[in-house]
Amino acid sequence: MSAYFSSALGITWRYLHNLYTRPAMFIPSLLFPLFFLAAFAGGLSAVGDAPNFDYYDFTAFQFCFILLQASALAGVFAGFSIAADFEQGMGRRMMLATRPRSAIVLGYGIGAAARLGVTWTVVTGVALLGGMKVSGGGLDLAGMYSLALLSNVAALLFSAGIALRFRSLQAGPLMQMPVFIILFLAPVYVPQALLTGWIEPVASANPVTALLDAARSLMAGEPTGILAAYAVAFGMIAVLGIWAITGLRRAETAG
Amino acid sequence: MAGRSVVRLVRQPAAVVPSVIFPLFLLAVNTGGLNSATQIPGFPTDSYITFALGFTFIQAAIFSTMNAGQALAQDIENGFFSRLMLTPMRPSALMAGQLAGLVMLGQMQALLYIAVGYATGAQFEAGFAGIVVLAVLVSIISVGFGGIGLIMALRTGSGEAVQGMFPLMFVLLFFSSMALPRDLIEQDWFRFLATINPVSYLIEAIRSLMIVGWDPEALALGFGIAIILAVATIASAAYTLRGRMLKS
Repeated sequence: MSAYFSSALGITWRYLHNLYTRPAMFIPSLLFPLFFLAAFAGGLSAVGDAPNFDYYDFTAFQFCFILLQASALAGVFAGFSIAADFEQGMGRRMMLATRPRSAIVLGYGIGAAARLGVTWTVVTGVALLGGMKVSGGGLDLAGMYSLALLSNVAALLFSAGIALRFRSLQAGPLMQMPVFIILFLAPVYVPQALLTGWIEPVASANPVTALLDAARSLMAGEPTGILAAYAVAFGMIAVLGIWAITGLRRAETAG
Repeated sequence: MAGRSVVRLVRQPAAVVPSVIFPLFLLAVNTGGLNSATQIPGFPTDSYITFALGFTFIQAAIFSTMNAGQALAQDIENGFFSRLMLTPMRPSALMAGQLAGLVMLGQMQALLYIAVGYATGAQFEAGFAGIVVLAVLVSIISVGFGGIGLIMALRTGSGEAVQGMFPLMFVLLFFSSMALPRDLIEQDWFRFLATINPVSYLIEAIRSLMIVGWDPEALALGFGIAIILAVATIASAAYTLRGRMLKS
């Protein structure tokens, strides 16, 4: 068992070392959420004045979306690294050195979660500097960040499933686009009650909506739908975990 | 060269389809999500799709930057460009050829977006003459942004470097008046950025045809900026091309 975790942590260390010694890799992933935070919270703040927009602070409203988005994309970027390692042959060497091989996915998973520390600190710091008001208490905020962590794990497992099946960076758009799309099909700009047209039923059926609504309620200090959000998050992780492990089996079969 | 550029686009749907579909996706998401913004006092129309449609044309034109640059970078990478340099072809013909496919794509996108707009209830106050003006403006904008792609390709000779411009293009798009009119942007710093961002005026020119009908100031600013952009980028691309020809 200790060999299993030792392998996983070795992969985590390698992943984080590669990430933080190559600014070209981690700076874009840091700038991306900041860019969206500035564009949405800055450019759309007047939307908070629309009738029936009943959230207490527009920047905080957008921050919750950006937090989930940044966390999920950190998982996707770890998927890129898996694909790159397999493309360059490193993946095969990892396969030879680890057993059971799920330690590979676990290692990248821990790495993807660990990089969140920097992302959360920067995004939260910039939002606070930008005047974001926080209404939730410590426990509420812990709940909100843990939902973001679960979205990171789900996105990592999804991307790992793709990366291990294709074992090429060319599959990058297949990892990124679905995550991007599902995030934007949630109530990004306004509460769900203010959505109109086709996006309203789509957002209702979108599992990310439950996470986003719960995160926003925790930020406001008025938690609602928390159990449902955690159930959705763990459900997604269970399904995507199977997706990632079957991807690993495919990679094993391919040699 | 023009024929090759058009055929190349037609034969590479994977390169073209995202630049057509992604703006439509964003239009759909923004329209559904931001429709309540039309209730903000001072919003110029009660139909958000009418307001947002103008942004779709510009977004598509900006995405075409990547297509033009990518195509030329590919030619440089695989040696086709060097072989062309051995022929008596004039540099201006080479650039016009590269941009022909882009202008055609821009026109097809414009037609598609107008059709989608009509189908989803967008208004077009300027009528048929406005559509013609829109087509001309979109062509000039496509050439302008296509020229940026050509400059990048000629300077770097790398498709990867051209793709690396994507985030910059995204910033230009999002820090503009794409989602709200400039006078309704509350944050001063954002309104300032949107005001100095030329993309705002391109969007507002197209938007004026849809919401107002004929707004001489918005059209003059939009056409003026589009023409300056096209002339500047093509002149710069021609200068860079001469330098690369000397090197080849």
